[in-house]
Amino acid sequence: MSHDFAKGVEVLSRQIDSRIAAYFSACVHCGLCAEACLFYTETDDPRYTPIYKLEPMRRLWKAQHTFWGKFAIKMGLSKPLTEQDFADWEELVYDSCTMCGRCSMVCPVGNDITYMIRKEREGFSAAGYAPVGMQEATHRALTIGSPMGITLKTLQAALIHVEKNTGLKIPMDQPGADYMTLFSSMEVVNFPEYIESIARIFDAAKVSWTISSEAFEATNSGIQIGSHDAAREIVSRVVNAAESLGVKYVISPECGHAYTAIRWEGPNLIGRPYKFEIIHILELLDQLQKDGRLLLSGHTDIPLTFHDPCQIVRRGGVVEPPRDLLAKVATGFVEMADHGTMNWCCGGGGGVSANERAEELRLKVFDRKRKQIEALGVKTMVTACANCRIVLEEGIEDREMDVQVIGLTELVAEHLSHNVTPG
Amino acid sequence: MIGELIDGPFWYFSLVVFCIGVLFRLISILRAGLKPDLAVPRSGGSTGALRNLFSRFIPRRDVATRGRLTFVAGYLFHIGLFALLFFARPHVDFIAERITGFSWPALPYWAFIISAEIAFIGLLLLWLHRLLHPVTRLLSNADDYIGTGLVFLVMLTGCLALAQAFEPLRLLHLFLAELLLIYFPFSSLMHAFTFVFSRSYSGAVMGRKGVNA
Repeated sequence: MSHDFAKGVEVLSRQIDSRIAAYFSACVHCGLCAEACLFYTETDDPRYTPIYKLEPMRRLWKAQHTFWGKFAIKMGLSKPLTEQDFADWEELVYDSCTMCGRCSMVCPVGNDITYMIRKEREGFSAAGYAPVGMQEATHRALTIGSPMGITLKTLQAALIHVEKNTGLKIPMDQPGADYMTLFSSMEVVNFPEYIESIARIFDAAKVSWTISSEAFEATNSGIQIGSHDAAREIVSRVVNAAESLGVKYVISPECGHAYTAIRWEGPNLIGRPYKFEIIHILELLDQLQKDGRLLLSGHTDIPLTFHDPCQIVRRGGVVEPPRDLLAKVATGFVEMADHGTMNWCCGGGGGVSANERAEELRLKVFDRKRKQIEALGVKTMVTACANCRIVLEEGIEDREMDVQVIGLTELVAEHLSHNVTPG
Repeated sequence: MIGELIDGPFWYFSLVVFCIGVLFRLISILRAGLKPDLAVPRSGGSTGALRNLFSRFIPRRDVATRGRLTFVAGYLFHIGLFALLFFARPHVDFIAERITGFSWPALPYWAFIISAEIAFIGLLLLWLHRLLHPVTRLLSNADDYIGTGLVFLVMLTGCLALAQAFEPLRLLHLFLAELLLIYFPFSSLMHAFTFVFSRSYSGAVMGRKGVNA
């Protein structure tokens, strides 16, 4: 991808809103955000301090929005932002930040550093300073429809197996269905058991649902790389499909950033509220269970813990539903010391897992999760994000740990009162 | 002559620069603009903003452990400074005479000494931490050191002036305080005002998402 420094600066400049201005004005460089970031705690490299990753944006803000900044630039006392700064910071902005939001929870002045990184990536992406892996994933999402190159035919092939395994007909393009469900590429390719699970659950709970052949992909690479235009295009596909089918709800799957993209950023990206509601699969399952439509029986008593996907829990607000569901099906459920909105990231969110260059660092910072798991001594970890799941599995493999990772929706499906047997 | 200048016109000049500068900075933050959030909220943004404004005074468990020194020193400094600034007898009298027209109970001398000691301990610890810790050393710029240095000098001369009851020391203290007032709006000392904005903005967004920040 070619570089366009001027465009990058122009886009970065446009990102500076009242929130960003207030955040930079309030920062006292106390460094506490470093203590919340696994890239710092696991490496002791001060460059991985979250607020330091925003140095290019801070310098631009200072030069454009402060008296001393303007004065220093005019007098030649301070250097303006250069293209080399983009090159130097690219690794910090993309490889060492999963946009997990933990730093935003601990900043004493309340800076939402993750929001700032999200905005800074817009400038870096526009300038062409983004990892090749993420650029390619975004390109595939825009041209093929999925960052992993999943097409409708791939999905249909997966659905044939799902139908065979469950004996259920998977509804496709059903106008007027209550719910339209999305999947992440990772679920279609690596974890089709998720699709099987929701098919069984929805059948048991008599949920009216459908998949759209026009928009089944939940993953939004535009959010990760920091491209407003790409993110808007990907959200628009879902919105158009949902509104043309006339569904009441769109279900966001077990994918962290997909939820942030469609639930929280989507309406702002397209510039209007939706004509339908977004519900996360965990919220729906919890609701069905509370309404008495999802009858569960039996439970597992093996000791297990829950890995909170950052974008669903801390950045998404779906905190209690996974715990309510686990309370119903797992008597051996124990929390990690830091859990819920203060969980530690798997290390692969925010596009880091799509960034091959970051693999070594990602596996190194997995140590944080390893320590958490070993402190509990459990051999099973439940999560609700396909990306977290694959990143956790890779980390577990790399550290030669004896721990299995399972999806929460699957665990719930295993305890359906009238479990549908394979056909 | 210099004393009259410091006690009179320069005081008013520094106060005007401070007020206009702070106002300008706050307006420039608001003028940067913010688009309305079109996502359907899970709960109220205002409640979240208000909660975050106060909840951030209490550190999160594990970060409070890892960053214990920063938290303890930060609290010592800010509490001590607040007590000195608004409850030291000469300050109460000065503010009542020059600004408010009314006074309030001041700290007894022994409480002033304790406040000064904890403020100094906190400030010196924060300063050392800034100089010695790899993270804060990397983050810190000239502004951070100038701000800390000015506050230190103001506090030092203030304590000496009160202890020695020596007019030139009082004037030196006032002069440094005036320099601090002039420097304040252009520096990160502005966090004394802007933290309200940053906490509120984040709290509102997190509140809308249903996250207790």
